[in-house]
Amino acid sequence: MLAWTIYISFAAAALVLLVPPRFMTLARWLALVAAVTGLGISLAALIANPTGAPVTLAQLRWIPSIGAQYWLSADGISLALCALTGLAATAGVLFSWNIEYRVNEFFALFLALIGGVYGVFLANDLLLLFVFYEIAIVPKYFLISIWGSTNREYGAMKLAIYSFVGSAMVLFGILSTYMLTSGLGFGLPELAQNSLPHHLQMWIFPLVFLGFGILAGIWPFHTWAPTGHVAAPTAASMLLAGVVMKLGAYGCLRVAMGLYPAALDPWGFHIFWIDSWRDVFALLAVIGIVYGAAVALVQRDFKFVIGYSSVSHMGFVLFGLMTLTRIGLDGAVLQMVSHGILAGLLFAVVGRMIYDRTHTRILSDLEGMGLASKLPFATVVFVLAGMASMGLPGFSGFVAELQILVGGWNSYPWLTVVVGAGIVVGVAYTWRVMQRAFFGVPVESIDQYHDDHEFSPITWPEKAGSLLLLSATLFIGLFPSFLLNRIATALASPFFDGLRQGRW
Amino acid sequence: MNTLPLLSLLTLLPVVGAIVVLLAPRKSARGIAIGFSTLVLIFTGLLWHSYDAGAGTLQFVEHAAWIPSLAIEYHLAADGFSLLLLVLSAVVTLISLAASTQVTTRTSLYFALVLLLESGLFGTFTALNFFHWFLFWELSLIPAFFLIRLWGGQKRESAATQFFVYTMAGSVTLLLSFLALFLATGSFDFAVLTQMAQQGTLLPAIAAHFHGNPSNWLLLIFWGAFLGFAVKIPIVPFHTWLPDAYTEAPTAITILLTGALSKMGVYGLLRIVLPIFTQQIRWVQPLLLWLAVATIVCAAAAAFAQRDLKRILAYSSINHLGYCVLAIFAVAGSVNPVESSAALAGAALQLFNHGFTASVLFWLVALLEQRSDGKRKINDFGGLRTTTPMLATFFSIAAFSSLGLPGLNGFIGEFLIFKGSFALAAGPSSIAAIGLFITAAFFLTLLQKVFTGPAHERWSGMADLSSAEQIWIAPCVALMFVLGVAPQLVLGLVNGSVSLLVQQIR
Amino acid sequence: MAAFSYIEMIHTLAPQIALLFGVLLVLALDLGPLRGKSDEARWRASVLAALLSILAAAWLASSLALPASAAGLYRLTLLSMLINHVLLLLSAILLLLSVSVTPTRHISEYVSMILLATVGMTLLTGATDLLVLFLALELLSLCLYVLTGMDKQRAASSEAALKYFLFGAMSAAMLLFGFSYLYGIAGSTQLAVIGRAVSLAPQDPLVLMAIVLVLAGLGFKVAAAPFHFWAPDAYQGAPLSAAAATASSSKVASFTILLQLLLVGFGAAAGDGSFHFTRPGWLPVVTILAAASILIGNLAALAQRNVRRLLAYSAVAHTGYALVALQSTGPEAVSALLYYVLTYSLATLGAFAVLTVLQQQGYGDSYTDFAGFSRRSPIAALCLLVFLLSLAGIPPLAGFTGKFLVFAAALRAREIHYGAAVLVGMALAASAISFYYYLQVLKFAFVVEQPAQNRELPRETGNYLPLFVSVLLAVLVILLGCFPSGLLDALRGAILASG
Repeated sequence: MLAWTIYISFAAAALVLLVPPRFMTLARWLALVAAVTGLGISLAALIANPTGAPVTLAQLRWIPSIGAQYWLSADGISLALCALTGLAATAGVLFSWNIEYRVNEFFALFLALIGGVYGVFLANDLLLLFVFYEIAIVPKYFLISIWGSTNREYGAMKLAIYSFVGSAMVLFGILSTYMLTSGLGFGLPELAQNSLPHHLQMWIFPLVFLGFGILAGIWPFHTWAPTGHVAAPTAASMLLAGVVMKLGAYGCLRVAMGLYPAALDPWGFHIFWIDSWRDVFALLAVIGIVYGAAVALVQRDFKFVIGYSSVSHMGFVLFGLMTLTRIGLDGAVLQMVSHGILAGLLFAVVGRMIYDRTHTRILSDLEGMGLASKLPFATVVFVLAGMASMGLPGFSGFVAELQILVGGWNSYPWLTVVVGAGIVVGVAYTWRVMQRAFFGVPVESIDQYHDDHEFSPITWPEKAGSLLLLSATLFIGLFPSFLLNRIATALASPFFDGLRQGRW
Repeated sequence: MNTLPLLSLLTLLPVVGAIVVLLAPRKSARGIAIGFSTLVLIFTGLLWHSYDAGAGTLQFVEHAAWIPSLAIEYHLAADGFSLLLLVLSAVVTLISLAASTQVTTRTSLYFALVLLLESGLFGTFTALNFFHWFLFWELSLIPAFFLIRLWGGQKRESAATQFFVYTMAGSVTLLLSFLALFLATGSFDFAVLTQMAQQGTLLPAIAAHFHGNPSNWLLLIFWGAFLGFAVKIPIVPFHTWLPDAYTEAPTAITILLTGALSKMGVYGLLRIVLPIFTQQIRWVQPLLLWLAVATIVCAAAAAFAQRDLKRILAYSSINHLGYCVLAIFAVAGSVNPVESSAALAGAALQLFNHGFTASVLFWLVALLEQRSDGKRKINDFGGLRTTTPMLATFFSIAAFSSLGLPGLNGFIGEFLIFKGSFALAAGPSSIAAIGLFITAAFFLTLLQKVFTGPAHERWSGMADLSSAEQIWIAPCVALMFVLGVAPQLVLGLVNGSVSLLVQQIR
Repeated sequence: MAAFSYIEMIHTLAPQIALLFGVLLVLALDLGPLRGKSDEARWRASVLAALLSILAAAWLASSLALPASAAGLYRLTLLSMLINHVLLLLSAILLLLSVSVTPTRHISEYVSMILLATVGMTLLTGATDLLVLFLALELLSLCLYVLTGMDKQRAASSEAALKYFLFGAMSAAMLLFGFSYLYGIAGSTQLAVIGRAVSLAPQDPLVLMAIVLVLAGLGFKVAAAPFHFWAPDAYQGAPLSAAAATASSSKVASFTILLQLLLVGFGAAAGDGSFHFTRPGWLPVVTILAAASILIGNLAALAQRNVRRLLAYSAVAHTGYALVALQSTGPEAVSALLYYVLTYSLATLGAFAVLTVLQQQGYGDSYTDFAGFSRRSPIAALCLLVFLLSLAGIPPLAGFTGKFLVFAAALRAREIHYGAAVLVGMALAASAISFYYYLQVLKFAFVVEQPAQNRELPRETGNYLPLFVSVLLAVLVILLGCFPSGLLDALRGAILASG
């Protein structure tokens, strides 16, 4: 049933494309129905599978001559991420309700992207996963270059090229694996169990991890992210930061760490105090956390702050992955979901609620507008989202970050302390941007007409989208076990045997 | 659990009230808020009634698993101390709402935030697992911040920011300390940690998980937790946020801040720091005692130097809570159960009385402010005894209660505290007694400047308390007398819990 | 000398004879009944006649008993029959594409040239004798030269034809020279005999010379660098369907014969393709050709602003990718290579079909002419998306599957050597570069708005053939990409059956 999320998304994309440009409302509603259906199916699947054990959804022969199958399956991790995709998709459609330019193409591309993302999370065949992963690249380019804002053509191209380079690296890894495991095919469980020789894993792993990591925003290959997110239209930013970056992290976990776990062992020699790929990527992740936070602290453009904060938060995910403890990995996946929702909220406020009305994102301009009184709904939403992003308990980020810290303490105590400092910087930049954008002292304008400038009221789709995302983050914050149990079971499944090695 | 989750319901009730307020029309916001507040007060009264005070144990227990992977449980309970503060919070909230007559902008949001703040208080006072505690501790921060920021006075931005930053910093150290405890012991539960500390298994647990001297680690953890509470109470020198915050906040909110939020800090000392870190307090007891003394004396002296009514009362708050802190720290090192019980009982009583009295005082200041177009410097007024006799009377009674006149409710608490502390820590207590004198001094000066003397012609037309206001305030003032002569009403509630606590820390 | 059976030869060559009949029919029609009719009518009639002959050829081909041979000169195996069917299909599509849009008045000549080229191609795939091979190759090439120069209204067309011809003539000369060496070694022009002779002395300097010369000659035909210099001008100057023919069907045929030559003729002289080049042979040469084509093709494409020239350089690059498959010589590699070339030809043909649609709207073929294309013709723009993304190697389109199969086959060589890995790595990196320039074209088609003051040329209505062809090819590319097993298994079976 869960596989229908993929089919519905692509079918709806084709359908929306056929809608004549005059019937914009029809296109919007079609897209919304498709997104909500996907969300509903994902949630139903999540509830119906209380343990999170892997369940095969479809398994058909595809290219027998090389052993590729059309194999879809869902375990706890996939279920959680599919639910996230559903949420982000629905919210994205709602926050794009006001688009007037080439509406049907917009939603068609949006839904195609969503379909590709669902496919990645559900694929259980390496080649199939890669195919869906690549499918997701092209809609991103067009979404940004046609409907984007600042520097959109450059941002779109940079994003597309970086993604493609990353996937080329992954493809090389896939080809090498295929070459070295003759006759095994591409099924992920089989590949995980029949691991390659140690020294071969040692060089395939960093290639694949880095390839996926580029899309996850690993430092120093993250530079596409701020530019791309800022250039993208609101819904695309929400999807990009919310879901697409998680594709990279998911690939890091499922493919890189799942298939080549022996590569995380120590090399046998050390450079300074780094003695394994695990150390390297943990260090890069932590640098990403601190760097992203520090740079966010000095930005002048509101959207850039959120863009860099995404890089910082993804650093948490990658660090959590490298802790190699059950609690750390659990927290990393939860952080994927949590940040996905929160990034969606933050970009929605910046892009849809603020920018579409004030036509500026420069903080010093916004300071003089007194937005707290003129746009109270946006203020409240941003305050709540900001607090959640800071890691306030009661929202989803707290438990995730707590678990990552606890997991990290055992393996990397010093890095964990730095991560803690990163959290503090996170509080600082969120605070700063909240103060400056919403609670600045209104400037008395000379022009009387502008003084009484009323912004257009918050529309119902914006309210619905905000409510959806806020309730999601609250629910996960208050009842995190709902997801954590399923994720933990997935991590305990035979697929991750090599990774686990008795560690948990 | 086959019994009703009473404490959860209590905590949830104000949240429901907040949602109703937000959805209801603006004009009825205050009414709805007061309605829910009254309901809550009745609820707490019922809880008081059904509590077995003789035993003094943790009752109304609710225990369920929440996030097993992090050993976070849903663990709620209330003993005498909690119940005392629950009742106090309910009363103070009601007083605050009664005083909130001047809210014109964003009324619904204001009252919703007040109710959310009340919920945060309830959550903190009933939590027995750190996660739950911290959740509500932080959650009470946000409404408070916004209440100051959006409805406060001239310098509200910096006051609110200071308030936020200080409290947040304290929260961070508190979180870090408990994180460290969790890493060492695998538990966030207060009861479990207390037991480990008293049985002496805490130190080995720390030693097993942390490199280096475990005693030093535990001391560091103690300082972290201490800092969190020290900022909240506040204890000198972490108090600098308070005068501005109390002054710039709308007076109704100052009632909440002084009446309830500051008590969170002291409650934290009682529930968390004293039982778990008893050893550590003993090690640094002299320092802590002198900090308490500094709080008492310096705050009183500072109050004496102020001219703004609210600022005077703000510093007076710091001073009054300093007595509680003194008692708690003195008790830690003692082996004398009688004196310890006295001190702790006095601290509990002082908490309640001060919360109540200070709320009434600020309420009267608010009423005065309304009549004087916002002026509240003591030099602005004069001879109000003749212009507004009822106001003057009530104010004087409350002021005398605050300075500890026997016969009024403020006396017993301070008496018990000093009785116990003198026996346990004579030196600091003697110095602290100076605070009593200074308090008397500034209150009397205040009364003299504002109410006695030649009547200021500007305020000759000032209206006295209306009958509605009198109906509200008179019972409160009466209660001051009642509690002054019959403190057992409150002491009876906490005595059981006090003896249990004293036994625990021996 | 064995008895030479003319009957057998006619039997085997029946499809080609049918095509020749078609040529005669078309010419006769034009001289007779179609005299004085409008160009439109002449086009339709000629193409109809040509299509009929193609149909006949296809039917005849499928009714042949395999393997059919013609006195050792020509051998029709399952594989060559499969390829021939594809070639006939491609020619049919080409004909559909030329109707009424080709700027020439010599309509019957145009059509018959295409048919004659098809004859040459189908002969080429089954040639087993060097002379027949050369004959077929020249037939194909000459027809293509003429077709390239058919547009008399543009100087670029004649220039292109001349360049193409000069280059082609030179390469033909080299090819013949190489053939002469082979004759010298083997004493016969039969490929099988040559193969045996070469296997006796694989490292004979004469053999190596022959290899180099032959590869140079054929490298020209498949547009491998450094023999590609004719390609940009030819693609740009020729009428669209002629360029399409050069890009698609001619490539397919040439690759088939290249495979025949390398694997049958020079099989034993493969040599060692690793960095050390311990054994000389054709493998190192092919490796160098592949690397050069990939590099030059992609780097030059980056600077282009004209879509046709872009397609030319992309042809060079794709030749390079296809040649990577030859790192390994099993049936897997051969089927991968053929799958790749076949799907590539479909995608390129599709791209030219879209260019035809653009030409119908009155535009040229530089990037800027595409501005606003998605508004003007959304269907054609979508087809363009499919074709260019397939060329870039984006799944689930055929281009990706082809690349994957080729690279996988290359890495699965019997002796795994790092040269193959490096080559594959370079190819992947180059794919990333190619993604960039294909996106550039798509950017103009989808993102850039049509400039307001653009000329409002009358849109040619009524001739929906190019659009139809585009859609057909796009669907094929998508289907072959998502479900490659059909074609792959057919190719494998054919290869195994043919030995």
